[in-house]
Amino acid sequence: MTRTLTIVIGALIMLAMATLVLVAIPYRELAAETPPAALKPYTLAELRGRATYVNMGCVYCHSQQPRAADLGPDAIRGWGRPSVPADYAYDYPHLLGISRTGPDLFNIGAHQPSVDWHLAHLFQPRSVTPGSVMPAYPFLFNVVAHPVPKDKVVSLPPQFAPAAGTVVATQEALDLVAYLTSLNHTYPVTADESGESR
Amino acid sequence: MTLTIGALLALSFLISVLGLFMFIWAQTNGLMQAGPDAAQVIFAEGEVGLVEEPSISPTQRAALQHVGSKASGTTDDASQSVPASAELAARVEEDRSSRAAAFAFLTSSIFWLLLGTLAGLIASEKLTAPDFLTGSAWLTFGRIRTAHLNMVIYGWASMAGLGISLWMLPRLLKTHLVGERYAVWGAAIWNAGVAAGIVAILSGWTDGLQWLEIPWPIGILLAVGGALCAMPLFLTLRQRNVHHLYVSVWYISAALLWFPILYVVAKVPNVHFGVEQAIVNWWYAHNVLGLWLTPLGLGAAYYFIAKVLGRPIYSYSLSLVGFWALAMFYSQAGIHHLIGGPVPYWLVSVSVVQSVMMIVPVLAVGLNQHMTVVGRFATLKYSPTLRFVVLGAALYTLVSLQGSLEALPFFNRLAHFTQYKVAHAHLGVYGFFSMIMFGSIYFVMPRVLEREWPYPNLVSLHFWLAAIGFGIYFVFLTIGGVLQGIAMLDPARPFMDSVEVLRPYLLARTLGGALMAAGHVVFAYHFFVMAFNLGPRRYGSVVLGHLRPAEARS
Repeated sequence: MTRTLTIVIGALIMLAMATLVLVAIPYRELAAETPPAALKPYTLAELRGRATYVNMGCVYCHSQQPRAADLGPDAIRGWGRPSVPADYAYDYPHLLGISRTGPDLFNIGAHQPSVDWHLAHLFQPRSVTPGSVMPAYPFLFNVVAHPVPKDKVVSLPPQFAPAAGTVVATQEALDLVAYLTSLNHTYPVTADESGESR
Repeated sequence: MTLTIGALLALSFLISVLGLFMFIWAQTNGLMQAGPDAAQVIFAEGEVGLVEEPSISPTQRAALQHVGSKASGTTDDASQSVPASAELAARVEEDRSSRAAAFAFLTSSIFWLLLGTLAGLIASEKLTAPDFLTGSAWLTFGRIRTAHLNMVIYGWASMAGLGISLWMLPRLLKTHLVGERYAVWGAAIWNAGVAAGIVAILSGWTDGLQWLEIPWPIGILLAVGGALCAMPLFLTLRQRNVHHLYVSVWYISAALLWFPILYVVAKVPNVHFGVEQAIVNWWYAHNVLGLWLTPLGLGAAYYFIAKVLGRPIYSYSLSLVGFWALAMFYSQAGIHHLIGGPVPYWLVSVSVVQSVMMIVPVLAVGLNQHMTVVGRFATLKYSPTLRFVVLGAALYTLVSLQGSLEALPFFNRLAHFTQYKVAHAHLGVYGFFSMIMFGSIYFVMPRVLEREWPYPNLVSLHFWLAAIGFGIYFVFLTIGGVLQGIAMLDPARPFMDSVEVLRPYLLARTLGGALMAAGHVVFAYHFFVMAFNLGPRRYGSVVLGHLRPAEARS
């Protein structure tokens, strides 16, 4: 090639085509999706919890996209039905994830609704799930000598409890658990909503 | 919001139609014709058949020349040396014109390589010892892993690629680097963007999309820094003294055009939503490898393999196929990251097809580069540049074919969501791209500093630490990933099996990573000893100019 223009124009055409197919057309197609009636918008606490989920980087180990039976036993593991685009109507930024170092969490609220379990798990994952490689998040908790009535006390097996004092959850931990327990997409989807997805 | 995407749509369409006509016009006017002289544009008169390898001593260079000459059946007597010519004197000036820009980018890249490696090691250790450094949110796995990725991609890989590209440009175009100060400013702004981005990520301020975590107000710095680096490219192109544009120029020009567009489209806040955002996310994340790092890496490989050997690339026409097919197919392959996900089925199909089509450019490039080296593998013993670059080029073929395989649904079912993908990503960015950058830096720095590498043994040590460390990393993590996938697919086994089966392989990954890290420390130490001129002077500073075998042997 002898002309810079050939390269510039050619390179731009190729990228424009890719952008058209991979960005613009899906945008048009998916913009028409409406949230399912059974899907509730996040509450303020859940949104704060979601922000913590994002900034702690939970997405790097946990996906939120159960797959169909022909692609894996996701449903058998209790992760729920295959998800559809409408399920994500309130999600910004998206948290689909592409790694399952830990289990899929799209329906963790239905699978594990216990706030106490989640708090203990966040404080020290190995206290409720032996063998887990999830990091502990002790900085989302305080250790106090005498919890006051409004404190949410975290109940831990004795070997995981601190030597002195009681573990209580910070607001951030409570919000994160509010988000996790809100993850429940077990409502049925109509053929219309799932139409194109699979 | 509707306006933005509507405008984008119209613009894409307009460019497509306009471009198509221009393209046909260019074709019919023979603007894309190729001949053997096009491949020789990087050599001076009488230079074909002579090696150039600034990173070794004159004695070794004579041995390298001997191997090269034997392979091409010529004798390497004194008459083989290039006569001092105006063309070579001009090249010395060309090399000098890019010194500041290359030095700024390469020094920064090595700084980020060290920090990025450290973050990677910490993240790796955390997966085998989950209670390691859990005291602070700044060091939690999800943040330190992300800091690792952003530092090695935007700090190390991008800056090394830009530094090498800026250094090659005056040589490729046989002119001075025009507008070098834009590039130096670009380096400063780019560094500021990466540094601020990493602090933001560690402190918990993130845009939350993989590969796009750096918050968009800071991301503006990267876009501006990248655009400033494109300035010297286009200014220098206008001043060029060559008729043919060498293969590397196509790749560098295209990459510098593509990256800012990709970054801006993916980063625009408040436009993308839900699943559509996931699609844009993977369109970007795949293209930042395919349309940014890959062309920069291949551009360097095409130049250094040919230049060190003193041999034009095997087929100029094949490189045309490789380039355009890469642009066509790689750009649409990204959605294979969402196979089985809640995305439109046709979209995944497009990406799977294009991923498989990637075999075309990969074989074109692989064949071309391999055929240039074939018969001369003994040269790898003498030239550190070739050793790194040829290994990187071979791993490019491997990683790309692996990528095509991974996109096929039957295999994706197993490998998706596992550590196999992590091994694959490292084969691309480390095995392919970083190896080529290491080799290129060994070639370039003696020209930039006009000083030789002080300790040749450290170059070998770096190579073996990196190669063996990475071998351990890749092999074990790949096996572990497959076992993890098998465990996850078996409904009879609890999920925890897939975690436990990985344990020894993650440990091996940390070990491999530690060896790679040691290699980087050796490399950085050697680099800074050279930069500050603290090492011994081994054979004077006459690495510039060209091999004169008679002198070298005396």
